[in-house]
Amino acid sequence: MAVRQEEFVLNMGPQHPSTHGVFRIVLTLDGETVVKADPVPGYLHRGIEKLAEARTYTQVIPYTDRLDYLASMLMNWGYVQAVEKLMGIEVPLRAEYIRVIVGELARIASHLVATGAMASDLGGLTGFLYTFRDREEILDLFEMVCGSRLTASYMRIGGVAKDLPEGFVPKAKEFLKKFTLSLAEYNGLITGNEIFQRRTKNVGILSAEKAVDMSLSGPVLRASGVGHDLRKVRPYSIYPQFEFEVPLRTNGDCFDRYYLRVLEMAESVKIIEQALASLPEGPVMAKIPRIIKPPAGEVYTEIESSKGIMGVYIVSDGSPKPYRVHFRRPSFINLGYLAEMVRGWKVADVVAILGSLDIVLGEVDC
Amino acid sequence: MDDISNVSKITEPVQKRILAKIAAAHPEINVSEAGHLHVPVDSLTAVMRDLKENFGFDYLSNVTAVDYLEYMNVVYDLCRVGTPYMLHIIVRIDRENPVVPSMVPLWGGALWQEREIYDLLGVIFTKHPDLRRILLDDTWEDHPLRRDYQWMSGRD
Amino acid sequence: MLENIFVSSLNWLKNLMAAVELPAPLADMLILVIKLAAILGFILINALWLVYMERKVSAFIQGRIGPNRVGPFGLLQTTMDVLKLISKEIIIPAAADKKLFLLAPLMIFVPPLAIFAIVPFGKGMAAIDLNLGVYYFVAMASLSTVIIWMAGWSSNNKYALLGGMRVVAQMVSYEMPLILSMIGVIILTGTLNMNGIIQAQEKVWFIFLQPVAATIYLIAALAETNRTPFDLVEGESEIISGPFTEYSGMGFAFFFLAEYANVLLVSVMATTLFFGGWLAPFGWTFLPSWFWFIFKVYIMVFIFMWVRWTFPRIRVDQLMGFAWKVLVPLAIANIFLTGLGKYLFLS
Repeated sequence: MAVRQEEFVLNMGPQHPSTHGVFRIVLTLDGETVVKADPVPGYLHRGIEKLAEARTYTQVIPYTDRLDYLASMLMNWGYVQAVEKLMGIEVPLRAEYIRVIVGELARIASHLVATGAMASDLGGLTGFLYTFRDREEILDLFEMVCGSRLTASYMRIGGVAKDLPEGFVPKAKEFLKKFTLSLAEYNGLITGNEIFQRRTKNVGILSAEKAVDMSLSGPVLRASGVGHDLRKVRPYSIYPQFEFEVPLRTNGDCFDRYYLRVLEMAESVKIIEQALASLPEGPVMAKIPRIIKPPAGEVYTEIESSKGIMGVYIVSDGSPKPYRVHFRRPSFINLGYLAEMVRGWKVADVVAILGSLDIVLGEVDC
Repeated sequence: MDDISNVSKITEPVQKRILAKIAAAHPEINVSEAGHLHVPVDSLTAVMRDLKENFGFDYLSNVTAVDYLEYMNVVYDLCRVGTPYMLHIIVRIDRENPVVPSMVPLWGGALWQEREIYDLLGVIFTKHPDLRRILLDDTWEDHPLRRDYQWMSGRD
Repeated sequence: MLENIFVSSLNWLKNLMAAVELPAPLADMLILVIKLAAILGFILINALWLVYMERKVSAFIQGRIGPNRVGPFGLLQTTMDVLKLISKEIIIPAAADKKLFLLAPLMIFVPPLAIFAIVPFGKGMAAIDLNLGVYYFVAMASLSTVIIWMAGWSSNNKYALLGGMRVVAQMVSYEMPLILSMIGVIILTGTLNMNGIIQAQEKVWFIFLQPVAATIYLIAALAETNRTPFDLVEGESEIISGPFTEYSGMGFAFFFLAEYANVLLVSVMATTLFFGGWLAPFGWTFLPSWFWFIFKVYIMVFIFMWVRWTFPRIRVDQLMGFAWKVLVPLAIANIFLTGLGKYLFLS
């Protein structure tokens, strides 16, 4: 008797515990093995680029919070930097320092979510709560700085909204001291776990050539051994003043992508410590015109956000509203190779691979 | 601020040299004052292939398009991995017949970005392997990022 | 006094029945019904309590507080949860196989209940003192596979189907090492009777004589109860809730509570086989035997919870490979060595 076999289609998402939001992926399965995958983004598309065309330059800042809402400071930064370049504004030194401090804190917060979510995607919920415990303190620091925990809207064209409040610096230093211990704790609970390593090592391997070809960026690219971190290769702001390493891993598997983030957090701690130690006095806003009217022209700038290269393209027609704003969202482009990456792996690996890419749907769908 | 200007002191002349070299190799390219490369659409594929293979611009960072009502621009940003050098390439196309060759054969990274542009601005990329809508619903009509698109607004 | 509280109250009941001159078969039947009702009550109360305990233990491990609103220390939380679930509408998906879908949650309590009938909770405190105790346990425990597969198949949901496939594969593979690990103990005791096994541990617990078997048993037991790191059947981050995806209200509550009944069950077996059952450690007989039994069971349950909230989940192919390539050969080697040892030293 011949057994009739057929593949079946599993519609994973848009409501699923580990698609990190409203992401959908249509899997064609042979048993538990993925034969074909078709990612379907767009469930969170709000048309931010279109909305920006009807707002003034300053009014666009809150929309950038809603791109990568796990690192809203970095999204603010990417946008204001583009407008500043378009207008040729020089940002005061203190403001640059503050931007680096809050930006790197946001990077840690975002990597903490990625680290914890990776653990919970693999079934270890405790790791998730451990990382969120520490992320909470970063959000408290953000609340001190700008009154908002998640959607900061802290940066302004020409500087930052206001100076650091009293007590911020000691509290941040205290956090950093504790956080170094927490990193060791994550390594004990998650990184060193035998099952975790079995689940992630040699899973979803991404070669360096393919990563460059597919325009992947951030930890995903660097885990494949490509040292492309804009903070080093095309330094912006005051990053050349700080001593830090760009961690690299060479295997390009899920474990490397995960562990690279842990290493990056340690580097961010170093940067923040240096910035806090040498924080200069001075104004936090440049002299900017009351109505921001950049000269007609276009500009494209990039920063290194927690997920990868965050690019902002602005076209100005000389009016107070941007003619066209485009965001190069790292999560969106990193996701472009997912269909190929998950082919041939099991359903459980799809979750691991997606978790190791670390996407935020606000950013993917824009 | 000194460090950053030191860095740009080194990189800027190199960037200028690269631009000059490209302009010499491709007379059809018009280099603007801001250092943007204006490439005619007919020679786009050839220029891009040359940039990738001979000039080492192996990383397609960004692709997007702008609607100027009379015409449209497709914008490419290329860079070399591990170096600060970037190229900003602008291609002017006809708005009524917005067709550009797809960059997917050269850079896989164009795969989703070109789908997004097709979705939101209606630019058709020839030889794209999978040109479907990506963010909007498959049944959506029109392309919302075009400047003349009318939408129902809750405010202003 | 405390030691015999249950046994003597039952004797008192028997005497009462004899005094009112109830016919003997009727009296026996009544006694049995009372015993089984007591066991059912024991399981249900324990399941409720274990849910609460799990939430408190996980909260402790994760640096949280856990339930603390309903009743003192949140003790009534799970009771209220179950009351809420009872009051909810039972939703049957349109495409589901209605009969099987409703039958599965009703059946899920049958195997644990049937097994608890033979468990010796203390000295002379087994509802039925079965000679083939261990054999009966193995036979009954494997029935849950069918019931969970019933739930997975009848839901007509793809996640449920995947979960159903996993449950069959997993349970069948892990029953092998589970049974093989028990054989070592049985070789030593020469009996399948659970009371007999406990009494054989009078001098030394079998965990010291059979450490390999005990380890294999604990791992396989984790897999049998579908708990992390072997919770592939439910695997929340992969297949939502597996076979239980479509269940709501009471159906869900039954599966949920049955999971804890099963945890209790494998802990009971571990205690019986390897930790001396109701025997008091260090001769501390000032506490009654049933206290020691429950105490040991709860330590086992705590270990299961501890593991669950520490480890991530293993993958399907690794799960099967681990069972067949590591656990089964180890268990067989253990049986061989045990047999050899017994032959050399005891004959």
